[in-house]
Order: sequence, then structure tokens, then C-alpha cells
Amino acid sequence: MADTKVAIAALGVSKVFKGTGQVAVAALDNVSLTINQNEFFTLLGPSGCGKTTLLRLIAGFEFPTDGQILLYGEDIALLPAYKRPVNTVFQNYALFPHMTVAQNIGFGLEMLGQTKSQIEARVAEMLKLVRMEELRDRRTSQISGGQQQRVALARALAPKPKVLLLDEPLSALDYKLRKDMQIELKRLQLETGITFIFVTHDQEEALTMSDRIAVMSKGKVLQIGSPHDIYDRPAERFVANFIGETNFLNGQVKSMVKGKPQVKLDAGPLIAAEAPEGQKPSGQVTVVLRPEHATLVDAGKGQMKGIIDNIVYFGTDTHFHVKLADGSLFMARQQNSGIRVAVRKPGDKVDIKIADKTARILKD
Amino acid sequence: MAAPLTTAAEIALAAQKNSARRHQLLSLPSIIIITLFGVAPLLVILVYSFLKAAPYGGVEWKFSTDAYLSFLFQRDIFDDTLQFNPDFLLIYLRSIIFAILTTVICLLIGFPTAYFMATRPPEQRSWWVLLITIPFWSNLLVRTLAIMFIIRDNGVINTVLLSWGIIDKPITMLYTNFAIVLGLLYSYLPFMILPLYSSLEKLDFRLVEAGFDLYANKRQVLWRIIIPMAKPGIIAGCLLVLIPAIGAYVTPLILGGGLHLMIGDLIAQQFGSGRNWPLGAAQALILMAAVMVALFFYVRNTTGKMHHD
Repeated sequence: MADTKVAIAALGVSKVFKGTGQVAVAALDNVSLTINQNEFFTLLGPSGCGKTTLLRLIAGFEFPTDGQILLYGEDIALLPAYKRPVNTVFQNYALFPHMTVAQNIGFGLEMLGQTKSQIEARVAEMLKLVRMEELRDRRTSQISGGQQQRVALARALAPKPKVLLLDEPLSALDYKLRKDMQIELKRLQLETGITFIFVTHDQEEALTMSDRIAVMSKGKVLQIGSPHDIYDRPAERFVANFIGETNFLNGQVKSMVKGKPQVKLDAGPLIAAEAPEGQKPSGQVTVVLRPEHATLVDAGKGQMKGIIDNIVYFGTDTHFHVKLADGSLFMARQQNSGIRVAVRKPGDKVDIKIADKTARILKD
Repeated sequence: MAAPLTTAAEIALAAQKNSARRHQLLSLPSIIIITLFGVAPLLVILVYSFLKAAPYGGVEWKFSTDAYLSFLFQRDIFDDTLQFNPDFLLIYLRSIIFAILTTVICLLIGFPTAYFMATRPPEQRSWWVLLITIPFWSNLLVRTLAIMFIIRDNGVINTVLLSWGIIDKPITMLYTNFAIVLGLLYSYLPFMILPLYSSLEKLDFRLVEAGFDLYANKRQVLWRIIIPMAKPGIIAGCLLVLIPAIGAYVTPLILGGGLHLMIGDLIAQQFGSGRNWPLGAAQALILMAAVMVALFFYVRNTTGKMHHD
């Protein structure tokens, strides 16, 4: 990793908005992160977490109250948007309605002062990249949402930006088109080799496309890591809860066996759990367990006793809501194999088997 | 089998016709008003313009094209030959120049104002619109007289400038071309601001951000994005100022003091002291025809352009 260059670095960035009633609202609170060259980096979080504000600070539509934003080492925090070699794909595309598809794509190049033939060649190249050649002379109001999305992408990529910013660009598309565009975006990123910074509140979108994800909440970055890290090793309760579905189990650390904490769960069993990196947990802890890491088995064959409360069928898999001994509800997810193995129904007594090394203690 | 189908289609068609007729009925009151007070007087004017003037006003029912001839020519008293006389044409030209000047200045002043209004927080905007419409609450004549009091030789401006010692004798502003344009500007500025505001208010400011994002500076964003998007408002505002300004009557009469005639005054004169109703009617029709021809060419040009784009 020694030769990877840092494309964007945010150093202690804060942004405070003056509210209407003179109440200052901190949209970003001392955020620091680095984004590498050629990386597909996602800012993930619920609405109001500050992800869009951070993107707008990088684009230059807002200026930080405090901190530095470095683009390849140069501080751009106070540079106006039109002087930054960074382009944006807007949430609602913001295509110019008084221009054709080709004029939209060529606009940035024209503003950069390129010649007519240069612009024409680049526009043709971009139209080909997003597979829109035959629509070049259409008005943007005459093309579909998915096509507008492609034009917005081509327009932002045409000036060869050092970093491409994408502000929830897929949220206006329907489910099927969104799936296609996710693959399309990943392809474009690999083909162009441009650093993508992608903002979304959709955890599935973040997991499928990103090289790395920053999970944000209330103006702070909670965890940065690969999709695997974020999903399998959530550092905080918020991250575990926001990404995927999780069971939270309370318990007490009783002892350490080979450096592994043994946790006596309130729901009964004593299980081995993974400790958060660099920490030695003790006393009262919370253990997280993903629903797909728990298997329902017949009573007496697993670690944790329970009674089935509810069964929800999802097609690819089935969710079992199980009432544990301490009264809490636990969810287990079973893939549907097409063969009906053991038919279970609400009220059945079952045991839950926990897969090895999947239970983790949260950093608190 | 075909017969009932046809009947069904016929019933649908009849129902459609019925509802169309009902909609026509809704517009009947305005059609009556426009016909009675718009089209009918125009016809009267058209007829009068081809009649002979009676010596004490009114018309003699004899066909004549004198009114149109005397618009351009003067009949020599001695040998009855026609001589070209550009007096009326010059007045028309002056009116048109003043009206265009007024429109351009209104646009230059009105655009930043409308932009300012459109970029206020939504809850403040209606207050700004209200402020713009306040002048309409008082009579145009009163407002024009108020301007007179401000710009006359011993008016507010001259008094202040004299007392501060900036000037040693009053600047003559009243009864000048300046006064007329100032008056027109003041009277018609709201007609420019309101349509501009309504089109700028609808402007999606994310497009402005997109422009900045794509390396356009402030000037380029204004010319390439904001102005093209505000074009319908600009056209509406210019027409709303230009057309009434050409025919303005009260403002040039009071502020121009009758020394600098504009079309409105000229026409009024023919029906008043001039006692030449056919000439007045002809002048009014010539103005209308000129405006219509200009609009026709304008519309044909712009729609043509839109198809070519």
C-alpha cells in the first residue's frame, strides 16, 4: 500500500450552520478522513448525518467553519467551486433543460476553454462510454430518468476530474434500474480510474459498490473500513444497527480462555466472543450476532434455548423471531434451500446454534 | 354488430361536444365584454379613420383617405399639392425610442431586483412582492404629480443640492425628455419586475451550482444558465413595459409639459383641440398596426429559432 496516493484528505473539518432561530447547528464535527486515488469511497449514514455536507464542502458549494480539505496535498477548502478539478453528479441530476444532451456533456469543457473539435471528440467519447450515442441531440426533458442519470455521469466525467462526487445519484431510480446502475457505476469507475466519492443512505448500495465505507452519524465519522470490516466487525452499536440486521445480547465477561473473553449471556449460555481490536473487555458487555450466523436446531442440540414467536417468509430466506430465556427477541435467518427440512411453527421449543467466531463484543 | 358500436362512439363524441360547449359557455362573459368594448370601438375607429373631419369635431359621413394622407403629407394651402411632412413620424419615432429606452433601463434595474427577491427565504418573498405592488394602490396621476414636485426647479432634489452648495442654480429636469423617461420608468418598472420575479423564482438553483461545478464563473453562470432560464419572464416583462410605454399619455403630458409630444398626446390632441377625429383614429390604427407587425416578426423569429436548436 506504500505507493497509493491520497486524493482527498479532510483534516479536522467542522461545519456549523446558523439556524433560523440563531441556533447554530453543527453539521460536521471535527471530521478527519483520507480517500485514496482510484478508490470507490462511500459516505454512508442516515439523513442529517452530515454526509452531503461533507460532499458539498469537497465540491466547493459550502465552505468549512474549521479544518482543512486537501486535494493531492493542496488545501482547497476556500477555493470557489469553479476552480476545483472536482465534478459532481447531483441527486436530481441538475441537467440544463435549455441544452441538448451533447451540449450538457460539453458544457464543462467549453467553460475550460477547450476548442470546438476537442469538445466534440470528448463528447463523442463520453456518449459512447455511457452508451447514449443516438440520443446526443435530444433535449434533456425528452429522455428517461435512467438516461438522464447517464448524461449527468457523462457530463461530470467529461472534464476528467481528479475526483468525482456522487450525491445519492441512484435514489430517484426504481429498484431494477438502480441495480443496473450500481454495476454500471462500478464499471465506469474501473474504466476511468477516477476516484469516486459516493454518498448514500442505502447500506446495501454501499456494501456492493465500495472499496471503503465511512459510516457517519450526527456529524461524526464512526467507522471507516472495507465493506467486510464494517459488516463483520462493527465497532459501535450504531454501525452494527445501521448496517444489516443484528441481534444485541447482554452479558457478563466471566473469564479469558486463550485471550478470548467468555461471556455469560443473560439469556443463559456461556459463549466465546471476539473482543474489539486492542481491547480487553470486562464486566457488563453487549455481544452482537448477525441473524445469518445463528442456526435453528431441535431443542437440546444447540447453545441457547428459545421459543419461536414468529416466522416471516422472504423468498430467498426465512426469518425466525425467537423468544429467549431472558424475554428478549432474537432473530435467526435461514436460507431457503427448496427442500422443506423440518417444518417449524410458532410456539415450538428450539435451540439456537451460534457459528464459531461470529459473536463479537461491542466497543462501549 | 357494427351499429351499437357506432352509437357508443357517437354518444362519447356527443358527450365530448357537450362538455366543450359548456366550457365555451364559461368564457361567454369575457367574450361579450371583449366584443362589446374592444372589437366594436376598434371597428368604429376604423370606419372613422376613412371619413371626413367635421369642422367642429365629429365626422362627416363621406369616404376620404385624407386622414392617412395627412399623416405623412401636408396639403399646400395655395396650390393644393402634397408635401412630405415628417412631423408625425418624428413623434412616433421619439415615442418608440423613449419606450425602448424605458424598457432597457427597466430590464437593467428590474433583473437584479427580481433576482434579489427570488433568492430571499420563501417566507420573505411575498412581502417583497407586496412592496413592489404598493405604488399601484394610488392613482397614476397622483404619482406622476409627485414626481413633478420632486424634480421641478424648486423641488426636493434641487432644494437639497442648492442647500448643500453642490450646485448654484437649479438643474432643469421637469419638462425635459429626461423627465418623461423617468416618469415612464417609474410607472412601468413593476410590470418588468413581477414577470421576471415569477420566472426567476421557479429557477432551480441546483442548476446554478451545477454551472459552478462545471467550471463556469459567475458571469458565465449568469449568461449561460440564469438568463436563458429566465427568458420567458424577460420577454413577458419587456412586452408589458414596451407596449403601454409607446402609447403612454398621462406621464409625457404632465412631465413633458406638452413640449415633447408622444403618440398618446398626439392622438388625444386630434380628438380635443385638433378637432380632427379621422386623423386621431388613423394615428391610433397606425400605432396598433406597427406594434402588431413588430410582434409578428418577433414571434416568427423566435419560434423559428426554437425549432432549429
